Parts: sequence; structure tokens; C-alpha cells
Amino acid sequence: MIRRINLTINGDKVGIDVQPSMRLLDVLREILNLTGTKEGCSIGECGACTVVINGNAVNSCLIVIGQCEGSEITTIEGLEKNGELNKLQKSFMEKGAVQCGFCTPGMIMSAYALLLKNPNPTEVEIQEAIAGNLCRCTGYKQIIEAIKSP
Amino acid sequence: MSGDFNIVGRSVVRQDAYAKVTGQAKFADDYKFPGMLFGVMVRTDVSHALIHSIDYSGLLDYPEVTVCDINDIRGSRKVGVVTADQPVFCYEKIVTPGDVICMLVGADESQLKLLTAKVKTELEELPLITDPEKALDPDATFIHPDKKSNLIVHYPLRKGDVEKGFHESKHVIEQKYTTPLIEHAYLEPEAVTAVPIEGRGGVRIIGSIQNPHTTRRIVAEVLNFPLTKVRVVQAELGGAFGGKDDLMNIISARAAIAAIKTRRPVKVRYTREESVVESYKRHPYIMKYKVGFNDDGIIKAMKIDILADGGAYASMSPFVTWRTVVQATGPYEIENVHTDVRAVYTNNPYTGAMRGFGSPQPIFAQESLMDEIAEIIGVSPYEIRKINGVKPGSITASGHKLRDHDVNLLSVLERAERETNFTERHKECSRSANTKFQTSQKFRGSGFILKKDEMLDNRDIIKKGIGLAVSLRGCSLGAEGIDAAAAYLSVQKDGSAYLISGLAENGQGLRTTFSIIAAEVLGISPEHIYYLEQDTGIIADSGPTVASRSTIMGGSAVKNAAEIIKKRFEEMLLTYWNIKSKDQLLFKNNRVYEQSRSISFSELCSLAYSKGLNMSAIGWFKGPSVHWDEEKGQGAAYFTYVYGCQVAEVSANLLTGEIFVDRIVAVHDPGKIINLMGAKGQVFGGVTQGAGYALWEGITTYNGNIRENNFDQILIPTSKDIGEIESIFLEGEDIYGAWGAKSLGEPTLELTAAAIANAVKNATGLRYFNLPLNPEEILLSRKLSPNDLSRGSTN
Repeated sequence: MIRRINLTINGDKVGIDVQPSMRLLDVLREILNLTGTKEGCSIGECGACTVVINGNAVNSCLIVIGQCEGSEITTIEGLEKNGELNKLQKSFMEKGAVQCGFCTPGMIMSAYALLLKNPNPTEVEIQEAIAGNLCRCTGYKQIIEAIKSP
Repeated sequence: MSGDFNIVGRSVVRQDAYAKVTGQAKFADDYKFPGMLFGVMVRTDVSHALIHSIDYSGLLDYPEVTVCDINDIRGSRKVGVVTADQPVFCYEKIVTPGDVICMLVGADESQLKLLTAKVKTELEELPLITDPEKALDPDATFIHPDKKSNLIVHYPLRKGDVEKGFHESKHVIEQKYTTPLIEHAYLEPEAVTAVPIEGRGGVRIIGSIQNPHTTRRIVAEVLNFPLTKVRVVQAELGGAFGGKDDLMNIISARAAIAAIKTRRPVKVRYTREESVVESYKRHPYIMKYKVGFNDDGIIKAMKIDILADGGAYASMSPFVTWRTVVQATGPYEIENVHTDVRAVYTNNPYTGAMRGFGSPQPIFAQESLMDEIAEIIGVSPYEIRKINGVKPGSITASGHKLRDHDVNLLSVLERAERETNFTERHKECSRSANTKFQTSQKFRGSGFILKKDEMLDNRDIIKKGIGLAVSLRGCSLGAEGIDAAAAYLSVQKDGSAYLISGLAENGQGLRTTFSIIAAEVLGISPEHIYYLEQDTGIIADSGPTVASRSTIMGGSAVKNAAEIIKKRFEEMLLTYWNIKSKDQLLFKNNRVYEQSRSISFSELCSLAYSKGLNMSAIGWFKGPSVHWDEEKGQGAAYFTYVYGCQVAEVSANLLTGEIFVDRIVAVHDPGKIINLMGAKGQVFGGVTQGAGYALWEGITTYNGNIRENNFDQILIPTSKDIGEIESIFLEGEDIYGAWGAKSLGEPTLELTAAAIANAVKNATGLRYFNLPLNPEEILLSRKLSPNDLSRGSTN
């Protein structure tokens, strides 16, 4: 059963005709071609697929599109505005928070959601906010630095 | 010295950072092609069996599905980087649960996954070998019958007379240490697409491939194609740590077979579970050490017997265990050494390359042992290492005299000691461990219930400890393999330049490091360098991107290429400016200066272009010769070495068994640092992986099957799991490497678990002989998993 789902993605209103049981992650990657959002484990453990829905960081592999009607979704592709990088993106670059880069989009989206609610987080709050985003390359140090001083 | 550099040694933002923070970086699964099909693997549910038949009749109703199996292979049916023992599709035997018998190919990936159940196999199960210590029993079934033995490799090393050494020793101790199977846990699961090259009969492969030239060779062997007809392009790689080699070669070969058969692009992408079941892991080791020493602390003799579980296929076992035999005594000069390292086949998941590559295991053993020796003769862990550690001119266990570089073992050790006030704090912690830990013993084992009005004092529960570990590490491949690397630099007429080397960007930051090296030589900004996409069609085979060899090998090749071009520019300027000597020419800040005059680099290039100057060059670096006597295990194993010392400070919770790493101080001599930001990133990442190895990680198996198949059970460190990490670099000089730039990636990981284990001993008063030191181990001195078969010594 195909249903029309209306969403706002990265500021654009879109209507998608889709099986409501399709995972949001697949809608993003396969239908909307927003491949910045990554799939690492498919069970909500690694956080590589994190996007921001209505201000909250969410694992897009655990959400089906039918749950998203009317939502406002931001993905990594939506952070750069008018050619200007988001301050988090800049500080991730400058602090060396990126190595292989596979966890980076999800990591930045978790940090983005944190800063939406708490513009001056402590180190512990940062650690907590990205505890669901695994990174195997960086040891998190430069990531935490980048979120601390964007 | 560092004042002489424009960029080298500073922190430079990665070239690929922009693409990666905006989501534009294209990883293997982000590629899509028109008409693309998917390939889905069919596996069995056994670990060891003969294959009698495979029945595809259940697929007759699905004509849209193509089956690829052994019958589609025109070339090699079995492949392997060292020994060709791994079938692309199994046809005789199943030897481990990851084995694949065929691949279903079609447009609908989820349909294919359901259809895998329709492939029926007739199997005859065989006795399992899951205990590596039983693999060489006379009655053991051969995993690979044609090998007529389950021994993959045996390396002996003999130096001096070990029995005489023990005879001359006042103290002789023996211990056994064990380490677990470890998953690389790169965040990106395997993915690859093979695309037929229309009209030329070749195939193009784009994937999460660590060593594109190795993949090319294996795919060409399987397809029976010349190397040139297989073009391997590396997608942005989402982490490898040694893990995207053998398996990626095989998956690429399967995708290529399907692409040729269907004449369509075929993508294979693994779920995390598939990745875990089929990918190789770090070797579990069983290590028996016997050491003789006297009251002066001097080690007279060391006898080592190491058994590595190679699992079902040889993979990199022969190379991994070779590094082990060279480095098993650690960075100590010991008169008499007798080492045997063996790797054996079992039905367990196969094991191969992983960051550290046969060093983290023996370092855990030998550094634990050094602390024991120190305790017996009553000196500090620092002192015992100072007494026995290698110095300039020392001779290693393999009889190699250390020279031509700063032998900085004692320098890194002293710096770490000073930075952490190690000796004093070690003494302090061990005093409190020995006294207060005993009083806490009453809480152990039986659990504890507080009586009314009874309070717990945190100081009785949380014990602090400090521990250290040191290493020497041979750079690059050593006598393991052919060691040479290429780089291509092509300067354009506007002053920008293309650069590529035959080594691959695996996330470590190689593109940036190499761009810095080329930019430094030409006196330009690294931003002017455009690093090309890794493609076997455009650059020479430079061996694998492993063994922390890219900076020392590829960096030298890049420097060579840039110097060739610089020399041509200099010669042109001699004529152009009518000067006699090029000594006055200075390439700096995107200009070339000669006394009062100068020319911008872009103008220089435009001029050179107009004069028809060749502004492209292939740089080459071949490692100096090394050699190895297989029988005695003697030789100059590596052409140079790096040194490191890590100190771990931990808090041990005696009620829960939890160990928290408060701080790691990592002092490394990687030679000259090229990109400081990248170097620090290597330390933070390596130390964190090492902490995981120490405290949480460990894949367990039953009958060869892996229990932990996703990140809900595979515990890798999170942002909350580790305290401070401090990185300190002592940049030793060396005649090799670009300005002496050597290796760092693996040294950062190999020391951490050993340092943490020593810190835990310091905190709790108890020594643990097997990894990981998880709460069960600390609290119960045993593990709860039912396969608790091979463990180290117990207290």
C-alpha cells in the first residue's frame, strides 16, 4: 500500500509516495538520494544514520517513514546554508574531528541536536549526547573538542 | 630543525574534511549505476562439512534471479594473499560459518535475501576443531586436506643458548597469557560494485577496498584476466584497520564474476551481521613465556612458545606471526632467546591483518612479565626497562644491530616517567593496593550486604593504579615482502598539481600527509595539490597500505617525485635568470626567491609550460634490503624502527570490577611528524582501540559460530568510556623516510592494553593474564562465557 507522506526535509517541503513501512534511512538514501546519512548496523547502535527530526537526534534506521508525516527533518546535507558551512562542520574540520568520515554525518547531527537545546554544553553533556554514535578512528577526543568550541 | 619547514610538522586540515562534513564524500554504498543488480550470499549453518551437492531447483520459479557459483569461475578457484586456500565459492568443503557456497544476483535485494533459503545443500558434517591447542594432534581432521597438516606456519628464533642462560639465572619464572579474537569494527560495512567495461571486456570495481592493487590481482586471477583488464577504484573508505583486504578481494571477485555473467553492474553490500560473520579478525594468541634473570635485573634468557589461532584460512597469518617472532622479546637486549611461533588452522573465524599485526599480543605478555620481574627483584617497572631496554648499538633478538637512527627507547621511557611522576605514584598506589585491597576482599565473590549504620568509604572501593608499557616496532613490511612505493606528481601550468601514490587513503589522512610533503618540497601551499582518486589504472602497484608503511614508504616516493620536478625548475631558472648556482634558490610561500628577485610559483609553471618543461614525475622509493634466516630466525628484519611508551592511570572499582581509564600518556617517536593534527588523531584513535582491547572487546565463538554479531554485543569504546589522552612526540632522526618521517598508526594501539593491565595490577594487587580485563575477570577472576577454555595463568 503506497501512501503519500508529506515532510519538510532540509527546509524543502516534499511529498513522497511510498510504502509507509519503509525505513526513513532507505527513503533518504534510495528515494531522495541523500546518501550523506550512513548505515552502519541497522539496529540503532552505531548512530551513523542519525538525523534530526523536529529537533531531536534520531536513528533513521529505527524509524519508518509512516511515522514521519508532517515532520521537519534535517540531514547532514541540510547544514550548509547559502554556501556557508554550519559552525559545527567548520569546527569538525579545524579540530581534526574527522578521519575516515563514515561516522561524521551522524556525529555532527547528534551534536547539532544537542546545540539546538543546549548551546553551551559541558564536556559530560557532549559525551552523553554522542554516546550513541560510535567512532572507531578518532577516540572521540577531537570530536568532543570540536563540539565544545564550534 | 622544525624552524626550517614551511608546513611540515604543523597542523593541517584534511583535504577530504569538507566532503566528509557535508555528507558529499562518496563511500562504496553511495554509488549507484543504471541497471544495477545486487548480489546476496548463500551460506550454510555448519562449521565443518563436506559438500555433496547444491540444489537450485527451488529457484526455478524465479527466472529473474541469476546464480553465481564455482561453475562460473574461469581462473583460480581458491585465492589468498600468501597461500591460495580460500575458495571464492565453496565447492568441496565448508570450513567455517562465514563460508559462501553461491551468490544470488537480481534487481530486488530483499527478494534475494528471502530466496537464499531455497538453495538446498547436501552436506556431511565433519568433526570440529575449535581449540587451537588440539589442531596439531595426530588424530585431528585436516581443515584443508591437501595441506596434510593444520600447521599454517612455524617460525623458530634461536639466539645464544637458552638453557645455559636459565642455568646462570637466580630467578626463573613461567607464565601463560591469552588474548581474544577481536573484530576490527570499522563503521562502514563492506560494499563493492563491479561494472563491466563495455566494448573492452574488462571490469571496473569500486568499493571499500583497503589495497586496490591486491584486489586487482585477486580478481584478475579469479576471472583469468590480465591485470590491466581489471581496474580497481577505491571509494571513500569508512575505516579498515587492516580489515578490508582479503575479504574485499573475494567479495570483489564475486561481484566481478556476476557483472561479467549478467553484463550489468552488480553491487554487493554486507549487513553488519554478514560483515562480522565473514570478515577476518585479530588472532587470539596463547603465549607461554619463561624468563631467567638475576638480582641485578638483567634478563639472561627468555623462552617463548606462542600459538596463534589462524582460523579456517591462512590469510595474513604467515606475516602476522612473523612480526610476532621478531618482536616477541620486546624492546630488550637479551643474550639467550629461544622462540617458537606457530599459527594453526581451526574451524574458527579466520584471522588476519589488524592494526598492530601480531604485536599487541606479545606486548601484553612481555610487558606484564617485565613488571613481575621488577617486583621480584624489588625495583620499579621504570628501572627494569631501563636496565634491559635497547640502546644505540644494541642487538635485537634476531641479531640485528640498531643503528642509523635515534634509538629512542629510553628517551620515550624517561619522558613518560617524568611526565607522569611514574615511579613515585606507582609505589604509592601499590602500597595502598596491598593494604586496603585486602580489607575489600570481604566484598568480593560472595557479594556484599551492608549492615545497618554501615557506610562504604569510596576510598576502599575505588583503587587507583598506574602502569606502563614500552615497545620497539619494525617499520613497514620488513623481510615479509617486497617493499617499494610509487608516487605520481603532475604540476600544471597554473601552479596547481595532481598527486597520487600507489598507497591508499583508508581514513588515516594519507592524502593530506602526502600533499604536505610535495608542497613542502615545492614551497607551495598544500591546497594547491589535488589528490587524485585511487585507481589501479593510473598508478603503479606500491604494495599494500598496511604495516604503518604509508608515511615512510609512500612519503619517500612523494618527496622523490617533488624533488625531481624541483630540480628541473632549478635548472630552468639557472638559464632564465642567468645564474650559476642553484644554492641561492629558495622555494617558499608559493614563490621562488633568488637574492632580491623572485617569481611566483604559478608564473614559474606557466613559464616552464611555455618552454616545454616536463613538470610531471614518478617518484619511487624502494626499501633497503632486509633479510631473514628462516631456520634460525636471525637477520636484519626491518630497515628501521620506532619506539613508544604509554602510561595508563586507572581507577578500579573493587565492588563492580569496573576499570575506568583516567588518563593515558602516550610518548612516541614516530620520526619526523608531517601533519601534527593527523598524528594526534592517530594517537587518540589508537589508544582508544587499545583500551577496548584491554577492557571490553572480545569475540567469542561456539562451534566456530560467532556469538556477538552486531554492536549491541560487540563492545567498542564509546565517547564516555575513556578519560584523558595526552600525546607527546619525540621526533628522532633517521636516514630513512621523508625528513625521517616513519610510522605511528600501529605503535599507538599496541601498547595500551599492556599499560592498562599493569595499572590494574598496581591498583588491585592482582595480576591478570588474559584479555579483556572486564568486570567478570577482575571480580571473579574468571569469565562467565561457557567457552572459557584457554586462559592465561591464574593468581
